[in-house]
Order: sequence, then C-alpha cells, then structure tokens
Amino acid sequence: MLSSILNEYPFAANSHNELLQSPGTPRPHWQPLIDSLSGEEPAEMRKRVENVRRLVYENGLTYNAYADTQGGQRPWDLDPLPFILPQDEWAHIEAAVIQRATILNTVLRDIYGEQTLMAQGMLPPALIHGNAGFLRPCHGIPQPDGVALHMYAVDLARSADGRWWVVSDRTQAPAGTGYALENRMVISSVFPDLFRDLNIQRLSGFFASLRDSLAHWGRACAYRQSQANPNIASLSPSEQPLTVILTAGPFNETYHEQSYLAGYLGFPLVQGNDLTVREGVVWLKTLAGLKPVHAILRRLDDIFCDPLELNAESLLGIAGLTEVARRGHVLLANSLGSNVLQSGALMGFLPALSQHLLKQPLMLPSVATWWCGEPKALEAVIANLDRLLIKNAFLHTREIMIYGQDLDGAAREELIAQLRANPENYLAQELVKVSQAPVWNSQLQQMQAQSVGLRVFACATPNGYIVMPGGLTRVASSANKRVITMQGSGCSKDTWVITPELKPNTPSLLRKTTSSAGLVHDNIHLSSRVIENLFWFGRHSVRSYHATRLLRTAIHYLLDFSPEHRAVEWPTVKAMCIWYNLMPAEEDEENDGNYPLFAEDENAIECLLIAAIFADDSSSLASHITQFFQLAFSLRERLSGDHWRLINQLHLRFAERHSQASLSEALAVLDETNMSLVTISGFTLDSMTRDQGWRFLSLGRRIERLQFLCILLQKALAMPAESSLDWLLELTDSIVTYRARYAAQPEWLPVLYLLLIDENNPNAMMFQLRGLVKYLSQISSAYNGGGGEGRMMERMESLRAFDVDASFHHNSPELMSWLADTYQASVEISLQLGHRFFSFSDTTAN
Amino acid sequence: MRYHIQHQTEYQYDFDVTLSQHMLHMTPRHLAWQNTLAHQITISPNPSETSQRLDYFGNSRLYFSIYSPHQTLSVTSESTVEVLPRLLPASLSQSPSWEFVKEELIQHYNTHIEAQAFLFSSPKAGRHHTLANYAAPSFTPGRPLLEAALDLTQRIYQDFEFDDQATSISTPLSDVLAGRRGVCQDFAHLMIACMRSLGLACRYVSGYILTTPPEGQERMIGADASHAWASVYCPDTGWVDFDPTNNCLVQTDHITIAWGRDFSDISPMRGVVLGGGAQQLDVSVTVTPINQY
Repeated sequence: MLSSILNEYPFAANSHNELLQSPGTPRPHWQPLIDSLSGEEPAEMRKRVENVRRLVYENGLTYNAYADTQGGQRPWDLDPLPFILPQDEWAHIEAAVIQRATILNTVLRDIYGEQTLMAQGMLPPALIHGNAGFLRPCHGIPQPDGVALHMYAVDLARSADGRWWVVSDRTQAPAGTGYALENRMVISSVFPDLFRDLNIQRLSGFFASLRDSLAHWGRACAYRQSQANPNIASLSPSEQPLTVILTAGPFNETYHEQSYLAGYLGFPLVQGNDLTVREGVVWLKTLAGLKPVHAILRRLDDIFCDPLELNAESLLGIAGLTEVARRGHVLLANSLGSNVLQSGALMGFLPALSQHLLKQPLMLPSVATWWCGEPKALEAVIANLDRLLIKNAFLHTREIMIYGQDLDGAAREELIAQLRANPENYLAQELVKVSQAPVWNSQLQQMQAQSVGLRVFACATPNGYIVMPGGLTRVASSANKRVITMQGSGCSKDTWVITPELKPNTPSLLRKTTSSAGLVHDNIHLSSRVIENLFWFGRHSVRSYHATRLLRTAIHYLLDFSPEHRAVEWPTVKAMCIWYNLMPAEEDEENDGNYPLFAEDENAIECLLIAAIFADDSSSLASHITQFFQLAFSLRERLSGDHWRLINQLHLRFAERHSQASLSEALAVLDETNMSLVTISGFTLDSMTRDQGWRFLSLGRRIERLQFLCILLQKALAMPAESSLDWLLELTDSIVTYRARYAAQPEWLPVLYLLLIDENNPNAMMFQLRGLVKYLSQISSAYNGGGGEGRMMERMESLRAFDVDASFHHNSPELMSWLADTYQASVEISLQLGHRFFSFSDTTAN
Repeated sequence: MRYHIQHQTEYQYDFDVTLSQHMLHMTPRHLAWQNTLAHQITISPNPSETSQRLDYFGNSRLYFSIYSPHQTLSVTSESTVEVLPRLLPASLSQSPSWEFVKEELIQHYNTHIEAQAFLFSSPKAGRHHTLANYAAPSFTPGRPLLEAALDLTQRIYQDFEFDDQATSISTPLSDVLAGRRGVCQDFAHLMIACMRSLGLACRYVSGYILTTPPEGQERMIGADASHAWASVYCPDTGWVDFDPTNNCLVQTDHITIAWGRDFSDISPMRGVVLGGGAQQLDVSVTVTPINQY
C-alpha cells in the first residue's frame, strides 16, 4: 500500500506547493489522484512507469536535443503523474491567454501595417526597427479576418503567492501541441479509471478547430487563386482545401512532433523543395503534377521561408512565397514575420497596450522584465545583476540565458560591456521561485517535489481565439532547477483540467460533412520526395532482410562445420557477404583464388561476422537497419501506429551495443530481426492502402529482390560442382516448398526452376518480374508513360523461352549471361524512375 | 541636368535554368529634385509574369519569373532622368548639434518616425564601438551635425583607398575598417554604420553617378557602374546626401534609384534560379548627359 504517500512529500514555505495546501493535506483537485495511489499496491505504480516507458519507446516519441544527424534523438521523458488544475483556476488562465493572444495579434498587425502604435508612443521604435525579427518584405501582407497570429503559445510559471506569471511568449511557430497530445494518449492509458472519473477536458476539440479554421481561410485563398488565374478551377463545396505542414526536415528538434501532428491532422508534411511558386500560387509537387496549396501551417522560422525575399542563404524555404502571401493566395500560419513579437522586451509595454487597445487591465502579469534598450533600465540591470536572468531581447537566434549570480569578475565585466555596447539586444528578468509539483521517482518509489512550468496553447478561429484545455507541463531538470526548457533534460507531464461536468465534444460550427462527391479515392497529394522515400523504404526493407538471412547462413556454416571440414560452399556465402559490403573484401595477394586465410582462423571469421552485424561503420546490418529506420522516420506520418512501432522496435534492438556478443547471441538477434522484418513486410502488404505510393514501395521491394537473385545465382552457378544447394533454398526461404515437392537432396534443375520460373513462389525471379511489369504499367498509365515496363516484359519473355533441360544446370553460360543482363536492366529501370519521378532540381541564388 | 542611363545585366548559365524568379530595384525614384522622363525595363527571355509594387521604403520593385528553359538571362533598364539642384541648408554649420539630434531622435521619436527605420543596426551596417571611435574626431562636442557629417565624409575619402579588388559584397565592415580599402558600397556602409554607432539616423542610397572621361577621350559605353552613398537625417532639414567615395555633398551628378537601410534592402537584382549550374555575370552601366547624346 502506498498509504504513506504524502508522509515523505516536502512542504517548503518559500515556493507554491501545487499538491499540498498544508503539510499532509492535498488540495481538493489532487485528492482523487492521491486517494487512488494510496489505495493501490506498489506494483501498480511500477507497472505504470514501465508502461509509460514502453509506450514512449514504441511510439518513438523523441526530441532531437541537438538537432544533429548522429542519433541526437532523445527519448521523450514523460512523468506518469499528471499535472492537475481545477476548473476555476483554469478558466482564469484561459481567459487571460485569449486576452494576451488578442493583444499580440493586434500589435503584430499594426507592426506589419499602419504602425500607429509607434506613432502614438505605445511602442518604442527599437522594438520594431531595432528588432532583427522585423522583416520589411512582409510589411503589407494581407491578414484575412484580421488574424496574423494563428498559433500562439505562452510559458507560465507560478510564484510563491500562488499567482501565475508569463515567462515568455512563443509567436513564430510554437512547438509542443503534438507533444501535449501524445502525452495525453500515454497518460490517459495508464490512468484509465481516474481519467474517466475525473472529467478531464479533452484535447481533440482544439485540434478539430485548428483544422477547420485553417480550412476556412484556405478556402478563401482557393477562391482568390481561381479568381486571379483562369487555369485554376475553383474549389467545390465538397472539396477540402489543401493544407500542408512545412517542416525544416527530419533533423529539426521537434520533427517527431511535426510528423505526429501531420498524421493526426491529416495534412501532408512537406519540406521547402516539395513546394514551388508559379503564377502567384504555391504548388505541391506531386506525382500527378502540381497541386495548388491553400494553407501552410509552418514550423519553419520566418527568415528561412523564402530565399528570394528573406534569407537568401536558406535552402529550406520556397522562393517567391512572400509574394504569394502578399497576393493573398496562400494562408501562412503564422503570418510571415511573427517572430518580431517573440521578444521579452515587448512584455513591459503590454499592460499599457492592454488598456489602450482593449480598455482592460492585463489579466496575466509578465515576470518582471527590464529591457536594456531603456537607459534607466540598463543601469538598474547592471546594478542588480546578481538577482537577474539576462536574455537576448530578440529571438532571431537560439535563446541565451545568463544568470548574473553565476559570473565571476572577468565574465561579469565582459557581460556589462556587451550590455552597454548593444543595450537594445538584451533584457533582464527577475528570478521567480516557481511552484513545485509531484514527480514520480521510480527508484525511490515515491513522489518528489520539483519545479514546474506550464506551456499553454491558443489557436485563432474565425470566431476568436480558443485555448487548448490542458497544455505541456515541463519539469526543471534536477541539474538546473532554475531553467525549464525542452533542450534541457527535464521531463514533461500531461496536464489535466478537471471540469465539474464534461461537455460533449460539440462539433465545430465550421465543419462540413462529407458527401459522396467528396470521397477521395487516392492520395493525390503524394509529393515526389515521399514517393522517392517510399521506393527506398521498399528497397531497404528487403535489403535488410537479405543481409539478415545471409549473415544467419554464414553463422550456421561457422557453427556447424569444423575448419578442416569447411564446406565447399563457404567461399560463395562469404563472397555474397562481401558483395553486400557486410565483410571487407580480401586483399588480392592473400586471395589467390583458393581460401587459406580464414579457414584456419576461426576467431577472425567470428570477429568479422559479429562486426558485420553490430559494427558502427556504414557496412553492418546495424547500419542497414538504421538507414531503413531513417527512411521510415521520414515517412512517419504515412505509417500506421502499429507499423511504426514495429520498425521502431527493430531499430531499438540494434541501439544497444553488442560488440562482445557471442555467435549464438548474434544468431538470436538475427532470428528476431528476421521475424520483425517479415512482420513489417506483412504490414506493408496487408494494411497499407494500395495507392501510387504503395506501388513505388512495391517496386523498390521487387527490384531489390530481383537484384539479390541475380547476384546470388550468378555466384552459386559458379560454385564447385559438388556443392550442396540447401543453403540457396534456405537463403531464399524456399526450402520448405522444395522439400514438400521433391523430398530429395536438392539438385540444380528443380532448384533453378523453383527460384527462376515458378510463378507461385513469391521468392522466384518470375514473381518479381511479373510484379514489376504490373506496377510499372500502372504507373505508366497513370502518368502518361515513364514506367518502362517494356524492358521488364522482354526479360520475362526471354526467361520463359529458356529450354529448361538444356540450360538449367551448373555453370550454365546462357543463364549466367541472362542473369547479368537482367541485373543491368533493373539498374536502368531504377535510374529511369529516379529521373522521371524523384528528380530534385537544385536551386541557386544569384 | 538630364541623363540617359543604360544599366545592362546578363547572366550566362552552363545548363538550362527551368525556373527563374528575380526582384529588381532599377527604377529611378520620383523626387522633388528628380523627374523620370522615360523609363523601360527589358527582360529576355520574355518573363512569364511580372508584378510591380512599392517596397517598404517606397522604392519601385519589379518581380518577374520565367518558366521556359533558358541559358541566358538579360535585363536592361533604360532611363531618362532630369536632376534638379536640391535645396540645401544655407550653411551646414547652421544645423543643430549632433548631440541634440541624437537626444531628439530618442526623446521625440514619434515626431521623427521616418528616421527611426535608419537608426539601428542592419545586416550590413551594424553599430559597433570601433566605428564610433573612428567617427569621434569628426563629432567633437557641440559640433553641428551636418558639418560633422561632411568632415566624416572627407576623412573616409582621405583615409581609404578605392580598390575594386580588395572587397566583395560580403566583406564585413570590420575588414574594410582594418584594410582601409574598398568600393563605394563599402564607404557608404562605413559612413552609415559610423553615424548609427553614434545614435544618428543614416540611410543607404543606390543610384548612378556621372563620370568624366579622361581629357580628349570619348565616353566609353558600359564603363560606369552602379553607385552608392549615404544620406543623413537632420531634423527640420530632412535628409542630406553625402558621397564619401567622391568627397562631396550630393548634387546634380547623382541619379537616385532607391534607398534602404543598406545594400541588402535594395540590391539592384536579386533572384533564385532552378538548375543552371555555374553562372557568369556581366554588368555594364552607361550614364550619358543628354546634351551629348
């Protein structure tokens, strides 16, 4: 029993205690959780911790801490205990966030419009003209319904007196909504009863409103597009406008969240080079040609969005995007240039702006902030450096945070010199002793008090702002209790807003129901990049599968035969491993056509095989799996949750280091990997919709398999005449069929027939060729040629034309040459598909 | 004075460019002291679309794109412009002291709104204490702003050597200051950044200047270049243009195209192309006084 759960929980007087109102007595809104925890066995909580860990792992919930390419992904650290807020307190936060979003939106529109606030003395010029976030080319971009700030996030913290304060505003492309949603999925599943009984406000309505609002404004853009351009048909009422999420790419810190949101909202996740600007319209490059884009939910910083008018160095943006926005032909959420608001320097002016614009007092105060651009503030900051946190005033680069108290003599003088040289670039904030909430410590099996901050999200709708009823609660890392950031190593919590009674999820007013005319039969928005990734996803899944089976065969040879009885087939098995780069090629002088080197050195072969499976370099099975995983990661939003979980599990198996593994351990890993890959391809076959994307994926699979057969059989046909053929059948997963049919030692003719001609064997050459012809023809007819199926048809016919009795034998020259030609044909088809469908043109600035 | 200006830009690409998007700042501004009598921009190949509007600073900006494959892009801007003598302050020494102007820009910022855009750091003309130090000998206590600015103009002219090999458009000002060499752009940026470092408002002006051919020689076609200079804000007077490259107050020899915080706001031609491979750029400018034409 956890009845003593509150006994150890501290009650510190100098900060607000979220959980307790007095020592040992929880606040009413925490009571049900405490009751529930107190009434259960310790094992329950252990199970819960384990489940959270498992779900986070399996869902691949990550945060790219350093945004690098070398596995900088950190699993998302999620505390099983939710952060709980009562309805009345939440109502105040909600109203205050709406008010703040409304004010900021007005300020943003003014900065990029009339600039009357500056003329009226409400905003100092340095906040606009001295702010690197103010982008002059974005001035005058129209803002439909007066909305420029579509997505807004605010970081809140609670001081010792129980009041909430704003620490920072996020106005450019706020992150965290997707993480909040995923936190909710995980935590609601480990506290199912409590979640139901407590009437926790649901998050889905927020996302539905976001989707509908973007569609509403996107539809208006579609109308303007068709008015301006006679070649663009107007959107029928049943057609949905095309909204895309613009990402910086898989190495962005929050790419995981972006792909999750894209999947959840049903928006294509695109990179800059998936889009192009022509005739005043943004187009998505799809297989079926260019499709007009109506709204862009961007997760790309302002300045990177357009190399033509903004940062010319940017390779991530779309040249001409600003011009399209200016014409009102695409909705950008947020409006370009919104980073100008993401300045702590603005905070000090908000109370007066609130009175001026809304005739209301500002409901949520900002943490005391001094902007050094004001001479008096600068002197006060320098005089009180020890008590302040110094930040950059304008967030056009990574946020800096310097604690005055941490600086010694020289560093302190250096900081003061910087402040005096460019005072408008700095601000100082008071250090707030933030509130503490319970966090589960799984080692000690108890709750501990840790500092927390709350990120709250708002989104604009045509009827005003709405707030996500919950948010992302972040816990300060134990190492640095003063800072709460996502980059830091602190964990996050689900945020529960308890309501007296749960309102049914009211369908949003903007929502239209789908009629049969609006049914979509194919995914028309497949971008060329997605197609290319699907093709390689197919190839790499099969390549990993082949590598796995090859290594398994190799280990069996090593385990089953002593060196002196090493089978005659072994050089061929090894040659396959070398061909697939799993083992280094032997030096020429040591090779000499026969096989003296490794036959005598058992340990050397063993080391090579272990390295071939686990090594860090680019030629091991582990690296094949990593490449496969990275492709899957970039297609994350197109894979079902279960499919993705399997791929993630597969990848995790290789994430641990196995350099000391024994051969039998290695064999166990290979068996599991083989099983996973078979299951993954089962998903590919059974649960992916057979759209054009799937056809490209299947082409990748077939081409890879065909090439494997070509190489394998060419090498096998050249083996010594007495070689056993069992391993060939084992490697191609055809041994069961063979035994069932022949019940005899494998011989060349029936083996070759089974592996080449038999149309019913999914591992046979004919099966690959037939599939290739079919999918290439489908692609040709959908896209007016370009499939190149004729070449494969010809290969199929020449294979059929073989005189089996005359040609299907050991060392058959005509078969060898047919295999070589077929391999060449498949390489050409692969290149041809690349040129026709994947081609990435490079852009340069001049 | 009347001028005919031909400004020709040609890009040669190794391979086909399949999509080309550009922005031009090549149209002369209409000003109290400058009239455009004729102006035409010719683009080859013919653009698929063009759109003309005013940018944030009121300059005319032409956007065009070409969708048909091409290996040569040529843009020719031809203008006939009349430049009238500007109303200059009766005497530079009558202008208010630079310290007064500096305070005025802060204390009464909303009566000097148009100066505010040119008071702070910009990408190529940032405030720095070394620049303030360089400017300091010209800005002695209580000295009239415009007199001090002319003195700074003269000092830049004397201290720096014109050298079109020493710098490129990406050379930072600190290198220009250390190397004491550069071209008109560098000197304009230097002067602007010096003024801003002192808390004064200064903007970048791009345009052309009439050059005099050596005695006894014909005017050479295409031998001229785009020019740039600095403009200082003085309350009551407005903007006064100084040319540190030629050590002068700007009068009727200068033709104004555009102004901005620095070159990056108003580069004459900026664009992004798809494909093309390596590119070769050829620019030629000819300024001809109309009476010789």
